[in-house]
Amino acid sequence: MVKKFEAGTFDVIVVGAGHAGVEAGLAAARMGAKTLMLTINLDMVAFMPCNPSVGGPAKGIVVREIDALGGQMGRTIDKTHIQMRMLNTGKGPAVRALRAQADKVLYQQDMKETIENEPNITLLQAMVEELIIEDGECTGVVSKTGAVYRAKTTIITAGTFLRGEVIIGDLKYSSGPNNQQPSIGLADHLRGLGFDIVRFKTGTPPRVNSQTIDYSKTEIQPGDDVPRAFSYETTEFITDQLPCWLTYTNEVTHTIIDENLHRSAMYSGMIKGTGPRYCPSIEDKVVRFNDKPRHQIFLEPEGRNTKEVYVQGLSTSLPEDVQQKLLASIPGLEKAQMMRAGYAIEYDAIVPTQLWPTLETKKIKNLYTAGQINGTSGYEEAAGQGLMAGINAARRAFNQEEVILSRSDAYIGVLIDDLVTKGTNEPYRLLTSRAEYRLLLRHDNADLRLKDIGFNIGLVSNESYDRFNGKKELIDAEINRLKAVMIKPDQKTQDLLADIGSSQLKDGIRGSDLLRRPEITYNHIKELSPADADLPFEVEEQVEIQIKYEGYIEKSLQQVDKLKKMENKKIPEGIDYDAITGIASEARQKLRDVRPLSIAQASRISGVNPADISILLVYIEQGKIAKVSGQ
Amino acid sequence: MEFDTIAAISTPMGEGAIAIVRLSGDEAFAIADRVFRGMGGKQLESVPSHTIHYGHIVEPSTSAVVEEVMVSVMKGPKTFTREDVIEINCHGGLVTVNQVLQLLLKQGARLAEPGEFTKRAFLNGRIDLSQAEAVMDLIRAKTDRAMSVAMGQMEGRLSKLVQSLRQEILEILAQVEVNIDYPEYDDVEEMTLSMMTEKSAYVRSELQKLLRTSEQGKILRDGLSTVIIGRPNVGKSSLLNSLVHENKAIVTDVPGTTRDVIEEYVNVRGVPLKLVDTAGIRETEDIVERIGVERSRKVLKEADLILLVLNHAEELSEEDRRLFEAVKGMDFIVIVNKTDLPQSLNIDEVKELAAHHPLVATSLLKEQGVDELEEAIASLFFAGSLDAKDSTYVSNSRHIALLHQALQTIEEAIGGAEMGTPVDMVQIDLRRTWEILGEIIGDTVQESLIDQLFSQFCLGK
Ligand SMILES: Cc1cc2nc3c(=O)[nH]c(=O)nc-3n(C[C@H](O)[C@H](O)[C@H](O)COP(=O)(O)OP(=O)(O)OC[C@H]3O[C@@H](n4cnc5c(N)ncnc54)[C@H](O)[C@@H]3O)c2cc1C
Ligand SMILES: Nc1nc2c(ncn2[C@@H]2O[C@H](COP(=O)(O)OP(=O)(O)OP(=O)(O)O)[C@@H](O)[C@H]2O)c(=O)[nH]1
Ligand SMILES: [Mg+2]
Repeated sequence: MVKKFEAGTFDVIVVGAGHAGVEAGLAAARMGAKTLMLTINLDMVAFMPCNPSVGGPAKGIVVREIDALGGQMGRTIDKTHIQMRMLNTGKGPAVRALRAQADKVLYQQDMKETIENEPNITLLQAMVEELIIEDGECTGVVSKTGAVYRAKTTIITAGTFLRGEVIIGDLKYSSGPNNQQPSIGLADHLRGLGFDIVRFKTGTPPRVNSQTIDYSKTEIQPGDDVPRAFSYETTEFITDQLPCWLTYTNEVTHTIIDENLHRSAMYSGMIKGTGPRYCPSIEDKVVRFNDKPRHQIFLEPEGRNTKEVYVQGLSTSLPEDVQQKLLASIPGLEKAQMMRAGYAIEYDAIVPTQLWPTLETKKIKNLYTAGQINGTSGYEEAAGQGLMAGINAARRAFNQEEVILSRSDAYIGVLIDDLVTKGTNEPYRLLTSRAEYRLLLRHDNADLRLKDIGFNIGLVSNESYDRFNGKKELIDAEINRLKAVMIKPDQKTQDLLADIGSSQLKDGIRGSDLLRRPEITYNHIKELSPADADLPFEVEEQVEIQIKYEGYIEKSLQQVDKLKKMENKKIPEGIDYDAITGIASEARQKLRDVRPLSIAQASRISGVNPADISILLVYIEQGKIAKVSGQ
Repeated sequence: MEFDTIAAISTPMGEGAIAIVRLSGDEAFAIADRVFRGMGGKQLESVPSHTIHYGHIVEPSTSAVVEEVMVSVMKGPKTFTREDVIEINCHGGLVTVNQVLQLLLKQGARLAEPGEFTKRAFLNGRIDLSQAEAVMDLIRAKTDRAMSVAMGQMEGRLSKLVQSLRQEILEILAQVEVNIDYPEYDDVEEMTLSMMTEKSAYVRSELQKLLRTSEQGKILRDGLSTVIIGRPNVGKSSLLNSLVHENKAIVTDVPGTTRDVIEEYVNVRGVPLKLVDTAGIRETEDIVERIGVERSRKVLKEADLILLVLNHAEELSEEDRRLFEAVKGMDFIVIVNKTDLPQSLNIDEVKELAAHHPLVATSLLKEQGVDELEEAIASLFFAGSLDAKDSTYVSNSRHIALLHQALQTIEEAIGGAEMGTPVDMVQIDLRRTWEILGEIIGDTVQESLIDQLFSQFCLGK
């Protein structure tokens, strides 16, 4: 046993400097909290153990939300990507999403530098072994070297490190991702504290040397021509982009897999953890969809100053020699030199229904968990949670009220609500279909949804907020103008309409009504009736979306209204579910476990049916009436 | 008041063949006024509280009359729920009552949950604390009943149809979601608006078909099981034919014509009946007839309502008395048939055997007394004494209401698609349709969409 020694007192301690940890630490520090960040290896801050990309459907919107709230992910990726693309441009505005290919190394460097430059953060390499618990409250942590750090609140963001085990074929060894040290002491400590733990699994494909790829046999996938950015703060855009490349597996690849299936960890029964359905290994894909003649393989550079290329689509835990053969069977990769083998990793995650919607644990006060440790998967999911945990931990340290995003505020709200209300039986990934109000949760309006919150909690600067308010005024003014302005059926108008195959006007028409025609865009309107001054693109975009889809937006808002009513029906903290007659026993059990904060949350718990909700409502109202009559 | 306005069909106790559509909430008067046409154009909103008004319920867009009604207007808080309450008294049977309900739902009322009127009564302080527990039991019981009916229907035709429609929609949804969440995935055809319109139109036509059959009462597959019994040749098959308004059963003057059990579905004054004609029950040597008789006895055990037929032209026989024995403790109506023939039956004795059960005289040959019989069946039903099956009726009106809502949302989806609205927005209405249909079979779990996504398509990095 090493001798323990007092090593400092802080407002907030963040254990881990992965994607959850960095957002948590930066948020807490920027809100004024004296923050300590501890991580196993300082060279691996904000490391991306899997694909070199940030964003995509749903996830990209999370990055925008993080940015609107004053988080870091968007700003860093804007500076460090090798290409960006807007996805789903052919569909409606609600599902547009930005995705960047990251330069992994630059991303890490920028993130580390940002943290180092943050005056309120102390960044330190240390392996945390246990927590200090006093009277059911977490008051600090102890490192492997005996250092005792104390703080008002603590956030654990240990990712896939807890009792991590790497699996390649029939080889299995104790390790964190990418051969980093696993975190075993802390994992055992958490079990010892009585947390419910599940074993999850995920995997990553091999990396190959770019110089050994024959790109002529692949299709090029360039970035967008238009400069793009995640952050509302970004003013400088990267124009020099690198392409990705597309190739395919084939019958030969599939035969190799079939013949070696018995050597795969997945099928030999060596892996016990539950893997995510949406990131199947190549062996999974071939087995489950054996009628598919080929699967897509994207070749993604890991950065500008490295030759490593990520082979997306080939995630596998087959033995190394088989991986080599697989690669050789794929057009363009015949001579590819594998630089790192793909592997699967198993790890401990805590059952997230043990958390409040603030991400504080119910069991231990002032202890928060965020990121993959909570059963999610993905950098953006981790970052979103990290940010919210950081905000709430700092606010707790300052005795301020908690901040919880609703399902109608943000994808981050959907994510956290799903986790703490329903739990998850596989690593959880955000999908657009998880958001019932996705028309409101768009890429384009993340600032309109969240900037106020970000400003009020002190994460958005005055300058940024002023700019935002200016934009808002322009949007409102232009919408009002279009609702009032009449467009006359003169020659110019009729010609333009004829040009784009839109029917001719009989009378004058309001600008907003004309814009509602599916084939008309704001640019057409602008030609017929220009605004007083040239408007920024984001303003025009908002005006177009808000007018064009007003009816649908209105419908969603009505549903949100109903949700809000249910959310406003709070369930008292000390409620005794055993004392309520009539609730079915399964529902009673679930309610006791989840301890929902509102009727809305209660009604989303599976196994709690409408009758139970009615009874709960009656009970709560009864409490109110009792109080009134007791006065 | 924070509550929205709710509506439901509520059947009063002991008031005969009348069904009431009840509305409660802030908007109750306004909503009712949109479909009610009273004498001299009077507005329910401006009449005194606790008054009753004669008039018609009309479809507001066409002014077509749906039902002749009496409407009670009761202003809160002196009402059961303490909210403004409207009660529309209808007599035209299930179909018209449902139409009235649908009109109200279209005008902005929401279909009430089971037990919701009572719940509001409590929440609004109408019921005091000591009654709270009773209310909880009531909610539990009502919801469980609605649930058990839904479960019962799980096996049924409606449920199968609804499930297959949901699956149809789910596949469209999953395909759209895949297009959105995996834009680079090359193997899924891009769901286009025209594909969406085509598939939605199919769902629409199926929903319309379902609703049409519901209007004929045929959807109510598990209506009241109503068994006609009686000695051979008393006119059982004739009775079935006249209730069905069709010659479904063979009628001859040979006793023992009906050898097996015949079933027909019919809607009598809004009451869904599964009519069962039986082989006349008597001791017999004929094997075929005996099997029929055995089955008749079995059917009898499962009956909700018995129509016991006697012959006016013959004296009460031992067999008749045994039939009275057999139906003891069950709901039955005694029918004295062939009143056109000279009387031999001792009516006083029959009345005594019938006790409090209804007694109706008919001449099926002359088509007399059938109205009275229908009346008797309906009032038994609406008086609530046929309680066990009351839930079928309530839940069916619920289902029909939901089917109408589903139809409306799918029409919005099709409308949107035809307008050229982006696929992912049309999806919103489609998804709503899927959810509403889910309410019919008690399944609104969101995960199933995600399950569908990953089982149908090979996705991932
Ligand atoms: C092999 C592999 C494959 C993956 N595949 C996918 C995928 O296909 N799709 C996808 O979306 N996501 C995938 N991921 C997940 C993605 O990488 C994570 O979701 C994301 O990095 C989680 O962020 P985090 O901050 O929660 O954890 P991490 O980024 O893992 O960070 C954890 C941090 O905690 C620190 N730490 C742990 N224990 C201690 C301790 N005791 N003391 C101090 N510090 C500690 C570590 O040093 C590290 O800094 C994969 C991850 C791995 C490892
Ligand atoms: N006069 C008269 N004859 C009737 C009346 N109702 C039925 N009948 C006749 O009675 C005979 C028997 O009628 P069914 O309907 O076949 O009687 P059932 O009870 O079904 O006979 P089984 O099939 O043998 O059980 C037929 O000839 C009918 O036309 C009635 O009200 N008056
Ligand atoms: Mg017969």
